[in-house]
Amino acid sequence: MLKDQDRIFKNLYNDKGSDVSSSQKRGDWVNTKEIIDKGRDWIINEIKESQLRGRGGAGFPTGLKWSFAPKEVGSRPHYLVINGDESEPGTCKDRDILRFEPHKLIEGCLIASYAVQAHVCYIYIRGEYFVDGQKLQAAIDEAYEKKLIGKNAAETGWDLDIYIHYGAGAYICGEETALLESIEGKKGQPRLKPPFPALIGLYGCPTIINNVETIAVVPTILRKGGKWFASLGREKNTGTKIFCISGNVNTPCNVEEEMNIPLKELIEVHAGGVVGGWDNLQAVIPGGSSMPLIPKEKCESLTMDFDSLTAEKSGLGTAGIVVINKDQDIIKCMARIARFYKHESCGQCTPCREGSGWMWRMLERMAKGDATKDEVDMLGDVTNQIAGHTICAFGEGSSWPVQGLLRHFKKEIIERNNLDPIVQKKNNIPYLVDQHLLDKKNA
Amino acid sequence: MSLRRPAKIQPENFEFNSSSLEAANKIVSNYPEGKQQSAVMALLYIAQKQNDNWIPLEAMKYIAKFLNMPYIKVYEVATFYTMYNLSPVGKHFIQVCTTTPCMIRGASKLVEACKEKISKNECELSSDKSCSWMEVECLGACVNAPMMQINDEYYEDLDKEKTIKILDQILRGETPKPGSYRGRINNEPENNRKTLMDFKNA
Repeated sequence: MLKDQDRIFKNLYNDKGSDVSSSQKRGDWVNTKEIIDKGRDWIINEIKESQLRGRGGAGFPTGLKWSFAPKEVGSRPHYLVINGDESEPGTCKDRDILRFEPHKLIEGCLIASYAVQAHVCYIYIRGEYFVDGQKLQAAIDEAYEKKLIGKNAAETGWDLDIYIHYGAGAYICGEETALLESIEGKKGQPRLKPPFPALIGLYGCPTIINNVETIAVVPTILRKGGKWFASLGREKNTGTKIFCISGNVNTPCNVEEEMNIPLKELIEVHAGGVVGGWDNLQAVIPGGSSMPLIPKEKCESLTMDFDSLTAEKSGLGTAGIVVINKDQDIIKCMARIARFYKHESCGQCTPCREGSGWMWRMLERMAKGDATKDEVDMLGDVTNQIAGHTICAFGEGSSWPVQGLLRHFKKEIIERNNLDPIVQKKNNIPYLVDQHLLDKKNA
Repeated sequence: MSLRRPAKIQPENFEFNSSSLEAANKIVSNYPEGKQQSAVMALLYIAQKQNDNWIPLEAMKYIAKFLNMPYIKVYEVATFYTMYNLSPVGKHFIQVCTTTPCMIRGASKLVEACKEKISKNECELSSDKSCSWMEVECLGACVNAPMMQINDEYYEDLDKEKTIKILDQILRGETPKPGSYRGRINNEPENNRKTLMDFKNA
């Protein structure tokens, strides 16, 4: 287990309050000026050395992303945008940062803004988190009052304004370019890349977009050094991460742990074990709903980091772990996830708009046992037609969980759905009736 | 995609009252000059709050004029995002999360409670027209599943009995206490905390 002194979010459980003075006791805002005085090259290098990877799902190296911002500010201002549109089912880590550790985020905003030469920072928060957003707004107001942000923020000579922008219930706005569209006051439909936002982003200006958790860990990394962060976890998967463990466990919780921690330790030690015992485990979704599930046999030895999960054809994503035990119908669980994606597709690309609905309807029928055997392969085919054929990664996000189900639970689906492909009338499934087969009988 | 249609019966006109106007002007100043369109989402919220939780077409036209942008662009935004209600939903709008993490912890029981107490179908006003309920996608409180949202507040760690109690309070016109209904004040493992023990205070 990670030692307490190595934990970044010491107030994750709100033991000591989230205002400026109690945050300062935990080390926030203490020597911000010293850090910034070391210069932007030092900051970016230190982040590169820490091998910090983005905590929003894709795991892109943060230091590298910052270095994409133009070195000189031209005629267009630079912007920093924080992505707090946390909507991935199974994930609720950013919410705890917003309400319990807001000053880690605000200080991170100041340092990151300085590093990428932005004077304005927008924090995009999903509309449902209105109450938590108000808590962050109170923290921002307090920071303005104590002159930690605003003109000459924290006496560093850097000016920074932070504004909150609320979303309105669109999952797709967690995609960085859709988020920019949304801030510009349009429908949240992703843009084509390139051009990448680092050069042409918000209002056509250079924009760096980071997840809430990524920015919130930055000040601590710079205080303790990139080497310290890199010493936790393993090569290229360094540092600590907040894991959210939900579903069929005895004590669902958020906990900060080292990268590369065994999944079994997370579930057994922190989440109090699977309901009905470890043997009652059926499958685990390791990183939010868009990552393919992992069956019980593999959960025994699985470690939680970006690369080891990619090797299992899944992903760490947002580290929202959903535990599903044997009391649940796994096909129904996945059909519900497919319904989520059908509801949240933005409708821009045809394969995703239409395909997400197909997957949902097929899975609903498969859960009831109303499908034919060859439809199981057809479902796999549909997922392949979506993944990789859309503007943004939503196509992959919606088809991967279905592919994961087919990879590990195909036997269960086929057992339940063994209707004859040549549909007999007694089943009365009108949309499956192949007209020419019926005609043949009369011929 | 989700299907969204404006209500058939629409009010004749709409205008911001003075407190809404003040809030709207403050929001517009958050964005660079000439980029006032960015404020459209916040202004739609303000209109929704002023107009008993829903946005009439007249409000969209008013906002379009207010921000000097085409009406169709406001309409696009209002119909794209699901948190803008395009028809009356009552003073108390109950949203039950039924996505997988809540589903496997019994969200269907919450839906049953809503059907018994409020109305048989979702998006249907209760008999006293004070509230309605709806199934929604993940609200981002999976560790506190199952849960629901009433207007701005989250109600977490529920079961059928507790939901019925909350709905009864609402129907009586009281405001139930938001937060966890198992007494949790944070997302630590209940009675099983093993980290940050030195920081824990009594």
